[in-house]
Amino acid sequence: MGKKSTLLSRLIGAPYIVWAVIFILVPIGMVAYYAFTDVTGAFTFSNMSEIAKYTDTFLLSIWLGLLATVISLIIAYPLAYIIANSGENRQKIMMMLIMLPMWMNFLLRTYSWMTILEDNGFLTTTLNSVSEEIWGILNEALHSFGKELKPFEPIHLINTRGAVVLGMVYNFLPYMILPIYTVILKMDRSLIEAAQDLGCNKFQVFKNITVPLSLPGVVSGFTMVFVPSVSTFYISQKLGGTGTTLIGDIIETQFQTANNFHLGASLSFVLMILIFICLAVMNKFSDEDGEVII
Amino acid sequence: MKKKSLFSKIYPILVFGFLYAPIAVLILFSFNAGKSTAIFEGFSLRWYEEVFRDTATLEAFKNTVIVAVVSAIISTVMGTAAAIAINNYKLKWFKQATLTTTNIPMMNPDIVTGISMMLLFVFISALFGKTGTLGFTTLTIAHVTFELPYVILNVLPKLRQTDIHLSEAAQDLGCTPIQSFFKVVLPQIMPGILSGLMMAFTLSVDDFIISYFVSGTTSQTLPIRIFSMTKKRVTPDMYALSTLIFLAILVLLVISNIITAKSENKKHKQGSKKGGA
Repeated sequence: MGKKSTLLSRLIGAPYIVWAVIFILVPIGMVAYYAFTDVTGAFTFSNMSEIAKYTDTFLLSIWLGLLATVISLIIAYPLAYIIANSGENRQKIMMMLIMLPMWMNFLLRTYSWMTILEDNGFLTTTLNSVSEEIWGILNEALHSFGKELKPFEPIHLINTRGAVVLGMVYNFLPYMILPIYTVILKMDRSLIEAAQDLGCNKFQVFKNITVPLSLPGVVSGFTMVFVPSVSTFYISQKLGGTGTTLIGDIIETQFQTANNFHLGASLSFVLMILIFICLAVMNKFSDEDGEVII
Repeated sequence: MKKKSLFSKIYPILVFGFLYAPIAVLILFSFNAGKSTAIFEGFSLRWYEEVFRDTATLEAFKNTVIVAVVSAIISTVMGTAAAIAINNYKLKWFKQATLTTTNIPMMNPDIVTGISMMLLFVFISALFGKTGTLGFTTLTIAHVTFELPYVILNVLPKLRQTDIHLSEAAQDLGCTPIQSFFKVVLPQIMPGILSGLMMAFTLSVDDFIISYFVSGTTSQTLPIRIFSMTKKRVTPDMYALSTLIFLAILVLLVISNIITAKSENKKHKQGSKKGGA
């Protein structure tokens, strides 16, 4: 291209640069500003020291977020592998089926789990009657040995940490499947053939070729599930109970009901730093371009 | 052809069962004769009628579509221009800084993006001594901001694949740089632009968390309306509405798939004809 046209093609990026500075960088500065000031605008560390009270909430959020991410990975990897190795038409249909639920409002999909997990819902009652039956049989068997089980206690699904993790896995699973599928699909098949020619069995091919080559997809999926999980507030409000208040819930309260923007900002600031540290660590495992696969 | 193992047949069915279970429940209860979203009392279409009578929900639906269309168009135009510029930046640090900034809204949790923009809007309105700035404009600005990275990252790879020699050739043959852009470069990156546009639109329609913090009371979108309804008890009319949206999307997807399949077939046939001639 000529000199003039390259200059022009660089200049048309200007609106975006201005936009990005005002609406991406400045707002982050705003979070920092509110985090370190009080209502009068004076500099203070008091918001930051107040965060110490929420250490347990932070830890719980990270723990449940990690759990959801690992479970998603375990569910998603085999599926992504199967899809990537299917015929072209089957691939298209299955990928559409994975994307389709994302078009249904996320709040309603989560709300719908409340119906499924409810104490007098179909799933809980079936689970309870089946396990009570098994419990009874076990008890009778043990009885002949002169021992006895504790009385049967009904299972609760809703308002537990398990339900919150389930909600996270359910909502963010597609974000784990997509990047892993993409990398497996783009993988150089001749490498696999070469490995087979050199005498690798199926498992060795999988372990030595497929897994290392799909690592960037796994890393990308890991962050795409972990970040929304760790910061969620809707899922924990709907599917969780009193013991599942997450950091997102606390931040939401500060902004929507408690009107303590400064505390809310300092919590967000810490959350943001934590997540950027996680991302930086994850990127060490990823390819050197540092590009996100979507 | 390899023989498929039993696992690779059953496993997808299990996962899809998991993904679709709540959706099936949701669709089922949209036909509930009763008011509950937990106990099915018989088949009825009353909630579908109810949806069209609920003016607040219809208003929210209208807002959602307007914000999605406006923000998707703005972000696609600005994002495409940005991608072209980024692709041409020679200063390495500047290019890297731009790309890193672009990644921020994608990496940051939505809640942080939402509150950071809310704080900016609140701060600016406080500077001018105004209140109630949160509304349609702030909502659109926020949506454009979180859509932009997706547009840019959809267009950039396509730009990298385009052959610069082609646009040079076009210019040697007498095209102005602008003509060569519209005739040579644009058609090549069009698939990226379109998928960016689609993604921007989808993200906008589906967004709840960011909208929740930057929209005022006057500019409720559908997800925000649903949120305020799920705070109390949800009546099945919400389920009816989302079933309708779900069906509309399904039909659109099937139609677009058929069209692409047909056009691919055509190309294939034309290609084989040319090859034969």
